[in-house]
Amino acid sequence: MSHLSQLERLEAESIHILREVVAECERPVLLYSIGKDSSVLLHLALKAFHPAHLPFPLLHVDTTWKFREMIAFRDQTVRRLGIELIVHTNTDGLAMGINPFEHGATLYTDVLKTQALRQALERYRFDAAFGGARRDEEKSRAKERVVSLRSAEQRWDPKRQRPELWRLYNTRMSLGESLRVFPLSNWTELDIWQYIQREDIPIVPLYFARTRPVVERDGALIMVDDARLPLRPGEQPQMRKVRFRTLGCYPLTGAVQSDAETLPAIIEEMRATRTSERLGRMIDQDGLGSMESKKREGYF
Amino acid sequence: MLDESIRAAGHVESWPEQHSGVELLRFITCGSVDDGKSTLIGRLLYESRMLFEDQIARLESDSRRSGSQGDELDYALLVDGLAAEREQGITIDVAYRFFATAHRKYIVADTPGHEQYTRNMVTGASTADLAIILIDARKGVLMQTRRHSYLVSLLGIRRIVLAINKMDLVGYSEQTYRAIEQAYSEFAAQIALTDIVAIPVSALRGDNIIEPSTAMPWYRGPTLMSHLESVPVEARRTGQPFRMPVQWVNRAGPDVRGYAGLIVGGSVRVGDAICVLPSGHSSRVARIVTPRGDQPQAVAGQSVTLSLEDQIDISRGDLLAAADAPATVAEKFEATIVWMSSEPMLIGRPYLLKSGARTVTAQIVRLEHKINVSTLEWHPATQLELNEIGLAALHLDQPVAFDPYTDNRDTGGFILIDRLSNNTVGAGMLHAAVQIGANLQWQTLDVNRERRALLKQQRPCVLWLTGLSGAGKSSIANLVERKLVGMGRHTYLLDGDNVRHGLNGDLGFEEADRHENVRRVLEVARLMVDAGLIVLVCLISPYRAERQRARALLAPGEFIEIFVDTSVAEAEKRDPKGLYRKARAGELRHFTGIDSPYEAPENPEIHIETARTTAEQAAGQIIAHLRRTGMIDRIPEF
Repeated sequence: MSHLSQLERLEAESIHILREVVAECERPVLLYSIGKDSSVLLHLALKAFHPAHLPFPLLHVDTTWKFREMIAFRDQTVRRLGIELIVHTNTDGLAMGINPFEHGATLYTDVLKTQALRQALERYRFDAAFGGARRDEEKSRAKERVVSLRSAEQRWDPKRQRPELWRLYNTRMSLGESLRVFPLSNWTELDIWQYIQREDIPIVPLYFARTRPVVERDGALIMVDDARLPLRPGEQPQMRKVRFRTLGCYPLTGAVQSDAETLPAIIEEMRATRTSERLGRMIDQDGLGSMESKKREGYF
Repeated sequence: MLDESIRAAGHVESWPEQHSGVELLRFITCGSVDDGKSTLIGRLLYESRMLFEDQIARLESDSRRSGSQGDELDYALLVDGLAAEREQGITIDVAYRFFATAHRKYIVADTPGHEQYTRNMVTGASTADLAIILIDARKGVLMQTRRHSYLVSLLGIRRIVLAINKMDLVGYSEQTYRAIEQAYSEFAAQIALTDIVAIPVSALRGDNIIEPSTAMPWYRGPTLMSHLESVPVEARRTGQPFRMPVQWVNRAGPDVRGYAGLIVGGSVRVGDAICVLPSGHSSRVARIVTPRGDQPQAVAGQSVTLSLEDQIDISRGDLLAAADAPATVAEKFEATIVWMSSEPMLIGRPYLLKSGARTVTAQIVRLEHKINVSTLEWHPATQLELNEIGLAALHLDQPVAFDPYTDNRDTGGFILIDRLSNNTVGAGMLHAAVQIGANLQWQTLDVNRERRALLKQQRPCVLWLTGLSGAGKSSIANLVERKLVGMGRHTYLLDGDNVRHGLNGDLGFEEADRHENVRRVLEVARLMVDAGLIVLVCLISPYRAERQRARALLAPGEFIEIFVDTSVAEAEKRDPKGLYRKARAGELRHFTGIDSPYEAPENPEIHIETARTTAEQAAGQIIAHLRRTGMIDRIPEF
């Protein structure tokens, strides 16, 4: 066994990062978004600290607009593993009536995701938050550090990021500053799927193709997950066989037409695909460098 | 259009067929945008289908909006990812790119070739197994190529791909390719880079990237991709002695005490004898714990949890090492430091040093010199500025276990952290302990040549310049001495003309006196070598037997014969001291080359042909030899 496979190397690197941050930080937390990357991250964390219990809680920032199947999966996962979960919602934002339809994706994301995350991190005084972001997702992520410093205002300053050499991560910070830590930095979407298959990791069923009610809106297939989705004139939900490559808030997440009902079929489908997964994310589309500006505001 | 040329080329088989049998290769690309680096990376991403249609569409719109390539796709926009960079037209730092084939997954560290190149290249190179150095075939080996190569070598990358790009613009000329390959290999040997594969390519047209180029039938080597696919991956690590820094102690229950960490060298089996450093306790591996049950062994690159047979005190930061090949434990080191902060590195200021899983306080007590990355010359210095590299002595507040960086990057590399700002301000590579190890009884050692040399941080030797009068021995020796002193070396120049005024003032030019002249100079040189000096001797020393005697009287490797080779006609033409004229006029007798023979060396260490070498080049040749043979840039180990 002189040569480790790419999955073994990636796994070892991620576990090393998780352990390093747990050893050096006081109050770490895992930002759990319920998606496939979060599922892999959680699996790696369990492995890293086995046989001990997970030495940090999970935090889910709930916008209240997640797919119902995601919430069910989340609660089932927490019960199955016996781990601590903190759910935080920006109730002020909800009270103001902010929603993805009337206020646009940008404001909605800022209030119910970015602000909500900042509230939660401040309330619980977490000094390091693990996230499942990968460098291959988006080009402003390609330069993101594994251990990324945030100011006391939770802002990301690309010019203040520290050089990261070898396997040496600098987790030191001044009062009020915090870290975002990305153990999956070097994984690609395909690595994630192959690892899910190899390790038999449970994921939300929405990733598998099934017949679901959708409307076609602005070039995307939006699933009618509940009665809150206001139908536009002429829109009629149709039953289409679809699946999701990425999961977020259902009104902002586009499905893809697919017959892939199993992991091998998903991996097979990826071999042929010519579009990136973030195409299904409406929040990434507005404006040059929009992900970068969101990151600067404190979005993951 | 660029993307059309890319689309036209064949695709490599994209997604891996086998789900877990794929290897990982990490490499760095060095070169500027002008060398076609972005085009090369863009092509590799596209050909391996890692660039999706919506990303290409976005690239097209970005290219129109802020590109610099007219109507063509501007691949630099893929690399210059941040709006902050695009607005200012700069590249801040390292970006990581990914692509995969049926055999391998690749992680590419993409670093800008210009601004901040040292800091960024060092960061990117620290995790790379291989470097692709891009050369514009029209320009050949540039200063920038040398800088990049030096940094790659410094960070311990040994596998080099020399991608000689834009071959289409030099008419796919084999001569151009050969000339660049040879010029590069000669330079690379000076900085210990020997594993070089030179590939003539055109990233724009796709020649020798994936498919062999039909335009260059004279080239029979691998294409860039086929080389990347077949080059061995990190085979070295598993053959090394076992090393694992303890990251975290797993106390799952009263019975369980596991030591969690990533194996950074060698392998480990249940039952193996290990030692704990720096404490020196020893034990055996009892279990290798995983969530899927225990495993019998683990290898470098894996994150594991080990438990030991004995209850011994082990905490985060300790190093577990093979009992029969432990790492060195010391608190005073010599290290090469790369400075990465706009605040200069100050001698005497305490910094935090993180190596493995251990963080300690470190003080730079001495800066030996800094290195000009372009010329590889050493200069005396009192501080290091941003992007400067120097050799320094460090004192830590407690001992740590380490290996020389050249043996193990993980146990030999460290970062320096500023205690106030908490920023990472420097990176370093440990070479050797400067304190004599605790296991050596240094107080019982006599003061001898080794101790004197250790004090001077150099290996003493005699540079014996032989050749005709007027060949240029003294000029060359003067230049060499100036360079050595500039590097902080301790030297002495024994010049044949000068010693005749004092030490050998009683000797004439008869054969017996000439022998005595050489003998005395040799004895003085031997005393000086014993005192730890690098001695330069400029002496015609025409007789082979005398030089052989000098060689025999010095330790192996200490006598470096330098033949300053000039024809009699040329020396006579120059005649700087008017001696040839006098000899021809019969005013001087027994003059070498006129009426006394000169026996040229048969196998000199260095042969300088003055007809085609300037004194400056000759001096550079001698310095390069000293460096190559480890006489001046390695710390003596006794």
